[in-house]
Amino acid sequence: MSAMAGTATLARLVLRRDRWFLPLWTVFPAFVLLVFVGAFNGAFPTAESRVEYAETSLHNAAFTVTYGALQGPGLGELVTWRAGFLPVVLALISLLVMLRHTRVEEEAGRRELVAATAVGRNAAMAAALVVVCSAGAVLGALCALGLMASGLPTTGSWAYGLGITAVTWTFAAIGALVAQVTTETGSARVLGVVVIGLAFLARGVGDVSAQTGGSLGWLSWVSPISWAALPRPFSGERWWPVAVFVVVIALLIAAAVALSARRDLGGGVLHPRPGPAEAGPRLRSPVALAWRLQRGGLIGQAIGAVIVGGAVGGIAVSIGALMTRAAAGRELLERLGGPGTVIDQYLAGMMMLLGVLSCAFAVHTLLRMRVEERDGRAELLLAGPVDRLRWAAGHLAFALLSGAVVVVGAGTAMGLGLGAATGDPSQVPRVLAAALVQLPAAWLFTGLAFGLLGWLPRWAAATYAVALVSLFFGWISGELAPDLWIRNLSVFEHLPKLPGGAFTPVPLAVLTVAAAALVAAGFLGLRRRDLAPG
Amino acid sequence: MNDAIDVSGLTKAFGAAKALDGFDLRVRTGEVHGFLGPNGAGKSTTIRILLGMVRADSGTVRLLGGDPWAAATELHRRLAYVPGDVALWPNLTGGEVIDLLGRLHGGQDRKRRDELIARFELDPRKRSRTYSKGNRQKVALVAALSADVELLILDEPTSGLDPLMEAVFRDVIAEEQRRRDRTVLLSSHILSEVEALCDRVTIIRDGRSVESGTLTELRHLTRTSVQAEVADSADGLTGLSGVHQLVVEDGRVRFDADPDALGAALGVLADAGVRGLVSHPPTLEQLFLRHYQGAAADSAAAAAAAQEAR
Repeated sequence: MSAMAGTATLARLVLRRDRWFLPLWTVFPAFVLLVFVGAFNGAFPTAESRVEYAETSLHNAAFTVTYGALQGPGLGELVTWRAGFLPVVLALISLLVMLRHTRVEEEAGRRELVAATAVGRNAAMAAALVVVCSAGAVLGALCALGLMASGLPTTGSWAYGLGITAVTWTFAAIGALVAQVTTETGSARVLGVVVIGLAFLARGVGDVSAQTGGSLGWLSWVSPISWAALPRPFSGERWWPVAVFVVVIALLIAAAVALSARRDLGGGVLHPRPGPAEAGPRLRSPVALAWRLQRGGLIGQAIGAVIVGGAVGGIAVSIGALMTRAAAGRELLERLGGPGTVIDQYLAGMMMLLGVLSCAFAVHTLLRMRVEERDGRAELLLAGPVDRLRWAAGHLAFALLSGAVVVVGAGTAMGLGLGAATGDPSQVPRVLAAALVQLPAAWLFTGLAFGLLGWLPRWAAATYAVALVSLFFGWISGELAPDLWIRNLSVFEHLPKLPGGAFTPVPLAVLTVAAAALVAAGFLGLRRRDLAPG
Repeated sequence: MNDAIDVSGLTKAFGAAKALDGFDLRVRTGEVHGFLGPNGAGKSTTIRILLGMVRADSGTVRLLGGDPWAAATELHRRLAYVPGDVALWPNLTGGEVIDLLGRLHGGQDRKRRDELIARFELDPRKRSRTYSKGNRQKVALVAALSADVELLILDEPTSGLDPLMEAVFRDVIAEEQRRRDRTVLLSSHILSEVEALCDRVTIIRDGRSVESGTLTELRHLTRTSVQAEVADSADGLTGLSGVHQLVVEDGRVRFDADPDALGAALGVLADAGVRGLVSHPPTLEQLFLRHYQGAAADSAAAAAAAQEAR
């Protein structure tokens, strides 16, 4: 057991370092569920209205991809389904928190300081796992208690809590494994996020396929994102999937431990190759350096955007086709506005996800500037004959480019996927235009991050929180409570719902002007303020 | 069992790059051992292997009588380490970090901790993100020196300290040395520091140990640099064996002398009416320079021989 020595003390260190964030994300899921219970009770108070809502939602493929498969019209089923984005958020948090306490520590050199004490080789990983999994257990229990307090059946409540806990544990284990494989935190994060993206995609394709009688329903079983739904809370609970979770989680942890026992500290399974001995002729300006730092990420984002866009566009047609199959479906389809409308509705829902994704990438790319400053590398650069504003402008340009690459790549691929399936090439510009509409939202958040970098550099990462809250406001109001005032606080809700909806230029212009003002403010602040390492 | 550290024939490669190539190191229990070498010679790799963080490709390593890879945790209870580049958790204070590391060691001398904090003039209430490199180093030093351990492994521990703090560090290590129950492995590229503190020295270059022994034993490696102002000509120096890099320009003389030749050289200077004299011990650079030049000459000769043979 000496490989685990010191785990308890290190777990206390993890708790100390995350003392604000950890309670927040532990309470968050139960809070979301309670909000949804309130929203459903308010918007659909009667059983009949819920049945009708369930009926239409069942045939909105954008809903199925985003939230998972709806099992029935009961309150419990509706609430847990509508909270189907929770597993994705929790997967991301579990993974990033695991990496924060394992690979990040190692790359920063702090692990070396700790590993030289009487601490076991696996203690750091074990401590992070203990904390994240405990948080997962607590948040699952809180979800169950919250649902019970809302008057929902006890069995279903605990089945849902168990599923949510299983998702957290699985992605904590995946985080532990990913941390062993790569030597750089950046690549570990990318690898982990790709796994989450694939799991999300697999759940979407699997659930849509199952609903439409397709043959890809098994994909939902492969995807840990859909595990929250596997115990079937509130619609005939089943418990045997829990055995599957336990086995998979145990195997993942065993693999991580096996790798950890073999490798050098600071090393991974994948060895970085030696690079060039001399700088290329183009590496001669801060902008060139920014490109050198960002190009790998940009290329990866472009490839990922094209793959996801193609898949999303490709399944659009089967959604229209499936609904004409059943007579009841045909009748419903007429009521919903025909196959064209159904596909557009689906694509518009996907465009919103694309907008969120593009925001995340743009802000992430821009925050590289903050990391450069924090770690003292900007100091090194700006001590030379480098203008501070030009240095910042270079990073800003790449952030905007990064957002655009995702939107254009995915939009084009979606259009091509749909165009190829329908044999109608005019779909490409139509879908691409609908994607481009998302860009001003990405600009706004990039502008916000840049403004913060100018005035409150240590708070620049809070942009993520603002974007999340904005998304959250739209998510809890949305079609459930369209009159709710907080809906207006969501940037994403103001974008035109394209394709299919009306094109409204005013919100786009407002967002663009606001973004430009924030950027200008950022430059102003950057000219005045001190560099802030640390 | 008399050796705290016994390393022989150690090799380690990272991909194609060879970091250690048959390296040997012996550190006796209770001594302060200097570990000298230029950047990239393999000092930190050796230390990481000694700490069981990196696994050697081949060779044997005994640390406090155990295998540092297999028994890392048990051995770490008996040693403390200060990295060359100390990274700390930005939102923890220095005091918190010191106590955390102390707890991880399984015990810390509180009185010693407070005393060291005072001596190093460290403010333990400041957050780590606001510390300079020197202050981060002090945090790691206080944590290591207040731990109840047999072996201290210090990787260039003074590289960020100001001269005053460097003096405090030397005092503290000298006290450790007098106790004779603690072994210290001190890696450095500052010869004067090693000279002031260490009983014995090992010099590493290109992953191999080139010299090992007491400083007196290593004296044959060292030449004294002399600068003098003389009234008359000091031509007598020209023919003197053991005098190198001689430069004479109107009344000023500069040269390096082997220890054996120093007396004769000073005699010549005295006869020439010396009016000013500055001499200093050889710097590490000069020492390494000689070794490098030796290696370069050897390989050039080998290449020439190979050419000849063809």
